[in-house]
Amino acid sequence: MNRTVLITLLGFCCLAAALLSITFGTAPLSLQRIFEALIGSDDPVARIILFDLRMPRALLGLSVGAMLGLAGAALQGYLRNPLAEPSVVGVSNSAALGAVIALYFGLAELHAAVLPVMAIIGAIFALMMLFALAGKSESPLTLILAGIAISTLAGAGISLTLNLSPNPFAAMEIATWLLGSLEDRSFNHVLIALPCIAVGLALLLWNGRALDALTLGEDGAKALGIDLGLMRIRLMLGVAIGVGGAVAVSGSVGFVGLIVPHIIRPLTDRSPSAILLPSALGGAILLTLADILVRVIPTSNELKLGVVTAFLGVPVFLVHLMRERRIW
Amino acid sequence: MVAIAIESLHISLGKQAVLRGIDAHLEGGMLIGIIGPNGAGKSTLARAILGLQKATKGRVTIDEADVAALPHAQIARLISYLPQGQTLHWPLVVERLVALGRIPHLAPFSQISDADRIAIDRAMTLADVSTLRDRTATELSGGERARVLLARALAVEAPVLIADEPLASLDPGHQLEVMDLLKDQAAGGVTVIAVLHDLTLAARFCDRLILLDKGQVAADGDTAKVLNAENLARVYGIRAWLGAVEGSPAVVPLFRNV
Repeated sequence: MNRTVLITLLGFCCLAAALLSITFGTAPLSLQRIFEALIGSDDPVARIILFDLRMPRALLGLSVGAMLGLAGAALQGYLRNPLAEPSVVGVSNSAALGAVIALYFGLAELHAAVLPVMAIIGAIFALMMLFALAGKSESPLTLILAGIAISTLAGAGISLTLNLSPNPFAAMEIATWLLGSLEDRSFNHVLIALPCIAVGLALLLWNGRALDALTLGEDGAKALGIDLGLMRIRLMLGVAIGVGGAVAVSGSVGFVGLIVPHIIRPLTDRSPSAILLPSALGGAILLTLADILVRVIPTSNELKLGVVTAFLGVPVFLVHLMRERRIW
Repeated sequence: MVAIAIESLHISLGKQAVLRGIDAHLEGGMLIGIIGPNGAGKSTLARAILGLQKATKGRVTIDEADVAALPHAQIARLISYLPQGQTLHWPLVVERLVALGRIPHLAPFSQISDADRIAIDRAMTLADVSTLRDRTATELSGGERARVLLARALAVEAPVLIADEPLASLDPGHQLEVMDLLKDQAAGGVTVIAVLHDLTLAARFCDRLILLDKGQVAADGDTAKVLNAENLARVYGIRAWLGAVEGSPAVVPLFRNV
């Protein structure tokens, strides 16, 4: 598919998903009431629902999804591994650990910003450990090994806090947060996440050409004039800041970074640079739609976003498995 | 034309000395073959000329500028490199793959220009892969893929071309075609450095051969001087038939010296 057509199409789908997202919810809100509230009518209920509940949720769905989708695409290109996603470099788990510590010690109750800030600190800490462990080596393998070590350590830390949690309620709160959600998020959350995500997106989109060159291997890319060391710094900073900011407000939402590039790749010329922007848009659409599903599937407790994305991930891999085995 | 000077170059990988004092001046407009047994240091020498492998001692200069001090991007415009082993991580379409060769010439965030497109077409025609333009590179045969990757290297249009085993996985017809192509590039003023294993093709096409043995230059000069019975026995440990077929030199390995 032509690149401009694909990006325009995905852009429209993003808009449509965002519009759907502000229409769906417990209280029905017609498109007409939304439009009137937007141009400043004095319908206080519609305005509160729209500006305090639906808009932040839709904005976070789009931006968190875009960040996770792009991070997956960039990491798959860099590590030349179609199974890479933000969690392989340890950032997601470390950000989650930061948040879990805030919940465990009751810090999260002091101020709404404490939890997301702790998550970002967790992500930055993971990044520093990653650079320290991987050293100056430019090999992706050392990075994966370091990432898995950090990810496992952070995972163990999360298990430890659950294990030692002072009461069942605290454990429940932590477990619930870990399932990921965009419920009851305010504009404050948007203000915390959006700058991080903007920086992350910019740093990752910068790497298109270098990722393409890596198709020829590390020597091939270097011989084309690519500075792999600089590229790695941009990439890791982008993933840590962006995904850290995203996880900080949404909790752990898995699989988006893994599946979106797989859905996008066949629609492009398959070069790593060609899937970057479309994966960001695709991630935005997928997460927003998943967040709508969370609201419309009738369950006694609201479904959690991470649960829905995990279920969505399975069919994508089954399709790939069947293609690999040439069954389909 | 670009002149490359290698000055008492030593390279150690870990504790092992791979290159132990290489000296050579490589002039433009020549097809220079680097030959030698496995592990002699041929690929390491190629990588050192590109600045991909740091010198432990000594240095490599391109037009008197130290490679270690030159920015990657500048080296990329001066030397085009065809690495060994046909590495290809994503299933790119052939034309897109060949276009990667234009990366050194692109300004940041710019798109491929018409001039780049002409260079890409020229490279594909030279390497005889124009008909494969829309095919997926990873689905090609080994020989087709080798030629596509050669086209990628030619698309850089650099004054120096280093090809590490460009004949691997090619049938005899395409081997001759690739050697002809490298020879033409050299005749056009490009310094072509090719790491080769086929001694007959090396003898027939190269203007100069550098025979490496255990990280040192065992012989350097025109093919008749380098490819003699004594050098082959000493470096490769073989006895070979050396002669000419229809006026072209030929080397046929016969026995391993015990």
